[in-house]
Amino acid sequence: MTRSKTASADAAAEAEAQEGEVTSGDLSLLATMLRMRAFEQRIYDAFSENKLRGPTHLGIGQEAIAAGFAAALEPKDSVLSTYRGHDHVIAVGAPLDEVAGEILGRATGLCGGKGGSMHLASAHHGHYGCYAIVGAHLPIACGVAWSAKLRGTDEVTVCFFGDGTTNIGAFHEALNIAAVWKLPILFVCENNLYMEYTRTSEVTAVERPAADRAASYGLEALVVDGNDVTAVLEVARDAVAAARSGNGPLLIEAITYRQGGHSRADPGDYRKEDEVAEWLTKDPITAYRNALEDRGADPGELDDIQAKAGAEVEAAFESAFGAPVPDVLQAHTDVWADGGSAWRN
Amino acid sequence: MTTLAGAPSTDTTEMNIVQAVHDTLRDEMRRDDRVLVLGEDVGARGGVFRATHGFLDEFGSERVLDTPLDECLIAGVAIGLALDDMLPVAEMQFADFIFPAFNQIVSEAARIRYRSNGDFEVPMVIRAPWGGGVHGALYHSQSIEAFFAHVPGLKVVVPSTPYDIKGMLIEAIEDRDPVLFLEHKKTYRLIKGEVPAERYTVPLGRAAVRTEGDDVTVVAYGLMHHFCVEAAGRLHGEGIGVEVIDLRSIYPLDMDTVLTSVRKTGKAMIVHEDTKFLGVGGEVAAQIAEEAFDDLDAPVVRVAGPHIPAMPFSPTLEHRYLPDVDRLEVALRKLAEY
Ligand SMILES: Cc1ncc(C[n+]2csc(CCOP(=O)(O)OP(=O)(O)O)c2C)c(N)n1
Ligand SMILES: [Mg+2]
Repeated sequence: MTRSKTASADAAAEAEAQEGEVTSGDLSLLATMLRMRAFEQRIYDAFSENKLRGPTHLGIGQEAIAAGFAAALEPKDSVLSTYRGHDHVIAVGAPLDEVAGEILGRATGLCGGKGGSMHLASAHHGHYGCYAIVGAHLPIACGVAWSAKLRGTDEVTVCFFGDGTTNIGAFHEALNIAAVWKLPILFVCENNLYMEYTRTSEVTAVERPAADRAASYGLEALVVDGNDVTAVLEVARDAVAAARSGNGPLLIEAITYRQGGHSRADPGDYRKEDEVAEWLTKDPITAYRNALEDRGADPGELDDIQAKAGAEVEAAFESAFGAPVPDVLQAHTDVWADGGSAWRN
Repeated sequence: MTTLAGAPSTDTTEMNIVQAVHDTLRDEMRRDDRVLVLGEDVGARGGVFRATHGFLDEFGSERVLDTPLDECLIAGVAIGLALDDMLPVAEMQFADFIFPAFNQIVSEAARIRYRSNGDFEVPMVIRAPWGGGVHGALYHSQSIEAFFAHVPGLKVVVPSTPYDIKGMLIEAIEDRDPVLFLEHKKTYRLIKGEVPAERYTVPLGRAAVRTEGDDVTVVAYGLMHHFCVEAAGRLHGEGIGVEVIDLRSIYPLDMDTVLTSVRKTGKAMIVHEDTKFLGVGGEVAAQIAEEAFDDLDAPVVRVAGPHIPAMPFSPTLEHRYLPDVDRLEVALRKLAEY
């Protein structure tokens, strides 16, 4: 499988020196997050304008986690994520027009329009899929990691999931076997405090739904501020290095907040206004931009980066909106290895 | 080499079904180190039916994985391995225990190729011992083929001779799509046959005509097809010609072989252990009606499991559930005389 992760991986190489001078890696990390944000906002607009069908789950407010981890990875590594997965696919470098095309159901989409928002995947970028059955991808990620180990490689698998996922059996099953088999895998819990409408703390006895359970399975766990991309990147680098050198698995619980509702149908009004307001002040992109300015970045240059990200997203959507929908007969392709769907021999 | 029937070969050995599974898996693991097995007790004990006996010693714990008691995990890990260039052969200890993995198999394995537009594929095999007649009662006797054959994206095969086990298991491992490889557990030690030493494959989705006859076509698979052959032998003495077709594969379904036979005999019966309602027989009958209505001389008959939740324990009840040779003989004679 050929891989070609782009922006984020380059960023990692250069994003040294968190103190002191701003590097091109820092700017690239900001650009990645801005692209994600502009992308999700464009999706939001598209469904407000009724140009988009089906459920979509936005990652607005959670960008730092996918961006930080992707920046610590190499093209050979593997990523699995959830239905809230646009950010992760963008972070590993999938072309924006193909991501948009997939979400809009176009023939040019990443998966030819068969998957849609919740089921993005890009073999070319080491993204092994977004999974919409909660928890199902954790055991699958263990299989990917076992293969990496068996093949004698130092590839690392990163598996993203939500806080609510920590109460389904597959989470426990996967942690157990990952520790038993010493897999080169990172379990990254994006703890945004909520499942769909219910706070995970209401149905979970421990405070940190992922981290507090890790020890039971013999896994080391780290908790990180998921809205601080610098902190995420630092934790991610250490964790990736540990996993790569055979000291996996590890669990990282990144605390964050989704600024909008669970999905397009959800205004998110079961959450208290002051809670939402407080988290808006912790917006990861604003925080990072401010930090870069404090470190001497030129505000004009940052504005340019933001404008460029917006323009890239706009161009991607323009191209995707203009792209053809799949031919109906495509519905019958790729059911079997011969590419077809014949039900009689 | 591709062989459809039990073609003669110079160097053959007589063995039973479980031996054929064992030897084939072992040979494939020797041949290609991407092939690995996982499941409950597959290493430590060689599986409860000993299909992987001795594997741990020969191949080591990296390719013979003793998993936790967790079918969801077994299937999930197998999918991940398959996504990433391995050729996993997962064992479900009994087909009855596959349901915790249903989600992984149906929601994930069957759809990954399709939803990724062909970017990813899941070349895994899940082996599961199925079927009744062993006094296993409700949770060690089930037929599960209809649940899974209903799902586009999965192949479901049911070989029941040592020759077919070898040829189809190799084919299943080589197949780039997920294959449920169902082994009738009653046949494991009951059915013996010659198996060539050389490597050969039997395509998935080709039925085999086991006995030829002009009066009635009977379509079956697994243990039931062996029972049908026996019943056909008895009727042969009365001058009734029964053509027994062993489907060998539920999906892909070889209707060409079935239809050719039905056009000749004009009478069709389908036999399976699984519940009659919405079972494989319904599908075969519907396709016969669609394609060969004008050739029929009698209504299509199904002899299949009754509409009760599972195989009951008591031998009398089990017998009531499971069609036997006597019952098949009576049903076939009745259809021939229609
Ligand atoms: C097995 C399963 N049960 C229920 C659902 C419906 N569902 C979709 S998302 C979700 C909440 C998941 O919460 P969490 O794991 O915290 O992820 P988040 O959406 O917050 O990122 C539920 C219940 C599902 N998709 N799969
Ligand atoms: Mg959540």
